[in-house]
Amino acid sequence: MALKIIASMCTGCSACEPECPNVAIREKGGTFIIDPAKCTECEGHFDAPQCIAVCPVDGCIKKA
Amino acid sequence: MSTTAFVSIGDLKKGRAAVSQILETAAAGGCSTSGGEGKASCGSSGGPEDMPAEIWEKVKNHPCYSEEAHHHYARMHVAVAPACNIQCNYCNRKYDCSNESRPGVVSQKLTPDQAVKKVLAVASEIPQMTVLGIAGPGDALANPAKTFETFRRLQEEAPDIKLCLSTNGLQLPQYVDEICKYNIDHVTITINMVDPRVGAQIYPWIFWDHRRVTGLEAATILHEQQMKGLEMLTARGVLTKINSVLIPGINDEHLIKVNREVKKRGAFLHNIMPLISEAEHGTHFGLTGQRGPTAQELKEVQDACMGGANLMRHCRQCRADAVGLLGEDRSDEFTLDKIAEMDVVYDLDKRRAYQQQVEVERQKQHAAKVDARQAAQADDGVEADLTLLVAVATEGQGKVNQHFGHATEFQIYELGKGEATFVGHRRVDLYCQGGYGEDEQLPSIVNAINDCHAVLVSKIGACPRDELKAAGIEPVDEYAHEFIEKAALSWFAGYRARVAAGEIAHTPRGDASIRQGAFTGATEAAA
Repeated sequence: MALKIIASMCTGCSACEPECPNVAIREKGGTFIIDPAKCTECEGHFDAPQCIAVCPVDGCIKKA
Repeated sequence: MSTTAFVSIGDLKKGRAAVSQILETAAAGGCSTSGGEGKASCGSSGGPEDMPAEIWEKVKNHPCYSEEAHHHYARMHVAVAPACNIQCNYCNRKYDCSNESRPGVVSQKLTPDQAVKKVLAVASEIPQMTVLGIAGPGDALANPAKTFETFRRLQEEAPDIKLCLSTNGLQLPQYVDEICKYNIDHVTITINMVDPRVGAQIYPWIFWDHRRVTGLEAATILHEQQMKGLEMLTARGVLTKINSVLIPGINDEHLIKVNREVKKRGAFLHNIMPLISEAEHGTHFGLTGQRGPTAQELKEVQDACMGGANLMRHCRQCRADAVGLLGEDRSDEFTLDKIAEMDVVYDLDKRRAYQQQVEVERQKQHAAKVDARQAAQADDGVEADLTLLVAVATEGQGKVNQHFGHATEFQIYELGKGEATFVGHRRVDLYCQGGYGEDEQLPSIVNAINDCHAVLVSKIGACPRDELKAAGIEPVDEYAHEFIEKAALSWFAGYRARVAAGEIAHTPRGDASIRQGAFTGATEAAA
């Protein structure tokens, strides 16, 4: 269970990075990636995945 | 004290009461309330005689807060704040935020460390750079760690530079203490509505309390946070500028109410900007055909707000990494690669000495303006309420000092009897490219200044001169290198004399178009 960022759609704005309760998001080559080993899709933390809620590009973050 | 050079004795007397006056001003309903001896009509074009010394100190060399200063002093933005916490229908986050910067262009994102290096490099090269702002490319307060780290270091390493930031206001109440901690005494809040029903048409969602909130609820939260933040800043004596994007059919008349509400809460300046919504920028408004206002529509709303919070009309909607005077963008000279090769020496004394020279020039411009206004008071037999617009080509210092062919923007002045008032600017495509006039550019320039009776330039070629005349716009080069207000009023006195003598008949001009796609800089326009 994990989410992934579609690199071609990512604007590199960094909005998702500080919102992740699992510190699973980091920058790589100008865009951001999610560590699938750390991602819990925010279950147990929030009602909805925080990265999807804050991301300005709809469809940029999907289930891996 | 270096400040004594800039303030008259009368102002020093007023200075003592300045702090309490700011609070009184706020309590009495913001700007342009006159109260007793030290009147507080804090006009953006006001001089030291119009406002308390405390406020004058804050705005006199801030190009965004003083129309007069914007001819002389430069600003820069550093793009350390890429994230945003709301979505606006006029913004596509693939590019920079379009209310604070130029749409369709991506700023070079910087870390706080890179930003500090860049500021020091620019401050050494451009000693009249007095203001550093963080305006995005997202929202300054949606990136608090990067924003405040940059401010903290600059306060230590470049203590003479004024710091400012702009925000949508959602997180503003939470950071007011932090803002005051770093002596940030200018904050811009983008406020497009004071009614959530209007807001719901502008903001599809906000990110709030770990949720994506939509619709009326989102607009209500944003509105409440904006008003609360503005009130808190006013109470702390921080000067605020309110930016509003004019969206025809959605908030045009509503902005008059916005003006009233922000004035009530102590806003110093109100800046009403035209919506930019080209389809190719991929914004919601761009894709759904929501148009921007014409020059006349923009001016009508701005004029309707006169007497409320003071209006800023010299905004260039510059990008989040802009460098230079407001009408120019020298960011290409300060890319990370180029900064790495520069030998940066931050010489505070040299900067102060240079800025004193700039201040002398600015005082001269101010004096010339006052003289010209007085000289134009005499009765000349023409109806007193005859007003018109003129376009001016300038490259700074408040003078008519630019060749028509080199202008990438014209400044627009409204002339009335004894009054020359800056009312805005128009971007144009460069007419002269590599020494040759581009005749296909001329119609677009004419469209941009079509509401003007004359264009004041330092020089103009024979071809565009004839074509401007054919379009009914008088090209004027007799006042080359004179101060703008003096030149404009001198020309206007001659115009009125010609009307009085029956040589010409005064006829109103038509509307003008606002060029979509913000200022692109001379080098890019020529490419």
